[in-house]
Amino acid sequence: MAIPIIYNVRSVKARWTSTIVAVAGIAGTVGVFIAMLSLARGFKATLVSSGSEDNALITRAGATSEMTSGVGIDSVKIIQDAPGIARGPEGPLVTSEAVLMAPIPLLSTGTDANVELRGVSPNVLSIRRNIKIIAGRMFQPGLNEVVVGKNANATYSGLTLGNTIGLGSSHWQVVGIFDAGGSSFDSEVWGDAHLLNGAYKRPDNLSQSVTVHLASPADLQQLKDSLTADPRLNVDVTREIDYYSKQSTRMTTLITTLGGFVASIMAIGAVFGALNTMYSAVAERGREVATMRALGFGAAAVIISFSIEALLISFVGGAVGCLAVLPLNGLTTSTMNFQTFSNLAFAFKVTPELLVKGILFALVMGLIGGLLPAVRAARLPVATALREL
Amino acid sequence: MKFRSLIFANLFRKKVRLTLTIGSFAIALILFTFLAVVKSAFSRGTEIAGADRLVVVSRIGLTQLLPISHRDKILAIPGVKAVTHNHWFGGVYQDEKNFFPQFVIDPENQRQVMTELVVPDDQWNNFVKDRMGAVAGARTAARFHWKIGDRIPIKTTLYGGGSSEFNLDGIYHSERPGGDESQFWLQWKYFDENAPAPVKSTAGWYVVKLDSPDDAVRVAKAIDDKFANSSFETKTETESAFAAGFAKQFGNIELLILTIGGVVFFTLLLVTGNTMAISVRERVGELAVLKAIGFSDRAVLFFVLSESVVIAAVGGLLGLTLAYLVIPIIGLALTGLLPPLILSKSLLSLGVGFALVVGVISGLLPGIGAMRMRVVNALRRV
Repeated sequence: MAIPIIYNVRSVKARWTSTIVAVAGIAGTVGVFIAMLSLARGFKATLVSSGSEDNALITRAGATSEMTSGVGIDSVKIIQDAPGIARGPEGPLVTSEAVLMAPIPLLSTGTDANVELRGVSPNVLSIRRNIKIIAGRMFQPGLNEVVVGKNANATYSGLTLGNTIGLGSSHWQVVGIFDAGGSSFDSEVWGDAHLLNGAYKRPDNLSQSVTVHLASPADLQQLKDSLTADPRLNVDVTREIDYYSKQSTRMTTLITTLGGFVASIMAIGAVFGALNTMYSAVAERGREVATMRALGFGAAAVIISFSIEALLISFVGGAVGCLAVLPLNGLTTSTMNFQTFSNLAFAFKVTPELLVKGILFALVMGLIGGLLPAVRAARLPVATALREL
Repeated sequence: MKFRSLIFANLFRKKVRLTLTIGSFAIALILFTFLAVVKSAFSRGTEIAGADRLVVVSRIGLTQLLPISHRDKILAIPGVKAVTHNHWFGGVYQDEKNFFPQFVIDPENQRQVMTELVVPDDQWNNFVKDRMGAVAGARTAARFHWKIGDRIPIKTTLYGGGSSEFNLDGIYHSERPGGDESQFWLQWKYFDENAPAPVKSTAGWYVVKLDSPDDAVRVAKAIDDKFANSSFETKTETESAFAAGFAKQFGNIELLILTIGGVVFFTLLLVTGNTMAISVRERVGELAVLKAIGFSDRAVLFFVLSESVVIAAVGGLLGLTLAYLVIPIIGLALTGLLPPLILSKSLLSLGVGFALVVGVISGLLPGIGAMRMRVVNALRRV
């Protein structure tokens, strides 16, 4: 026969101080666990969403990022005629891009951070189709105008609509703000590739990378085969989404290793807390347990009852931890992207899946912390325990 | 000490609770040490920077190259002792995961400027003569089990693409504790001969050694003024300001880790303190008996305090020992992502001090309570 759960609920209430301590320990652990994972997820999601399935990025063979790549204008001309590339009314959907960096002060600290500047072809919006101008307009080719990502607009000083900023050796007017759906482009500033190259005294016949829009995602292989087989070219062809997800690996490893270590150390601490709480619960209730045993409840019923109590406490702890980190969802923060040395804004992503994981984590801690004391409770010799004061 | 057996008997009256409390203490200390070590790793660049060095980069962007002709012009400025130049190489050893910073260096001046990074003379002389030579930091060499004479293949987009093999001629050590021993140095001459036109005769950045650190502000301004309104303007900062600027860009991540960890740490301390308080409260009756048979108030306070201090000391030492064993393992997992995690002596003693302070505080409150209680009242309680 089972012991009614209301018994556990009441006894948790009766010992609320030690319960609160155990709940706090578990809530803290679950909170850190979810916060760290959501940070890593957010960073990864930002970079992964930068790439799309039906775009391909072409860089010099062996380049690990656009920063170390270079594609000459002759190569760009060959690439434009390659098979598998979608065509628009004005020709093949190809943007050859320059990637530069400018120190611009952060609004938050006033200190310079490295902002990624991307010189693009005028048709870039028909290649990166998930990017929309949300204020102002697109820059005009041939004019010293730039458009800025919505995170760049919110993070750096001077990147506001209508303002003029100095980049390289010339001045540029901010004519538009674009929304790239939370991807890494949102932290960038875009302008005419030819003019930006000029302002940075870069040779105009060399781009860093070429991004093409594929006629269909399946055409990547065809394009890859044709470009890598061409003896005039020395390039790597990567699906854009793969390129960006690879960029996120180092930072996500850093966050998950650091966070994982902190969370597991804390988990041990929280289990200690739960053990302490449950052991004192058992010690204080020796007579109650003995009475129940005397009434005919079996050892199994006692173990189950105490485990349920521990799970109850840990569930509350887990739920509190989840609620505590929920406001983090969508919160934007920024850090340096190791691969490009530029500053990248990204948002915490607290997903339902992470919350479920957090609750499960809490329950596991509760079970470990509750089982041993429960077994001890069941083993109490009835006669001696009844005699206790 | 004549009360030793009494204190020990009290300590061991509830073995499970003793174990758990010592365990929680140890956990708190591991966490404390770990966070402190990570924090110092994030700010390492600033700590180890030479006070008498300046870094000169392009004003319009970190990745912009500067002409090599700037070198002699900088050298001519009074107060400048030596100038060296570097390039970021950005090659890949085997796999991108094996990241370590690779710099193309100027062998003529490197040792005059980076005086704390020491290479034995015979190794250095081999490197200077060897166009395909390389010098690795001790940490990177140990990480990949390289020894002098090994050929190190580095994938690069330069030199016609593909993979180039460099000869490991030397291994450098940092004389300054905590210095960066992860770099991989290559020859500028060979790099320059093979560089594509826009990169030829350029430097990624300059590092300037000053006659005296007091001159830093004046010389930095003199350098920037010299190139003002030229096609290649510069931005000169002290090495520590440069490193701090870099570290600040990680800012939020560091802040997040530390805030989260800090909150948790204090929660753990509360839990521990609470447990100690409970264990004193449970024995109010016994303490009252002690007072009734003639022990002074101070003696009672002493019993309680010494108990909590013993727990704190044992837990703290256990935690520090575990941290000492575990942190190098975590450090290994983070190689290439963070500077080495170094558990310094001062950090260890800070940890011990911290544990003792918490031990005293968590014993003091219930101890004072026990000292002040009236024997009659306490004995009346069941």
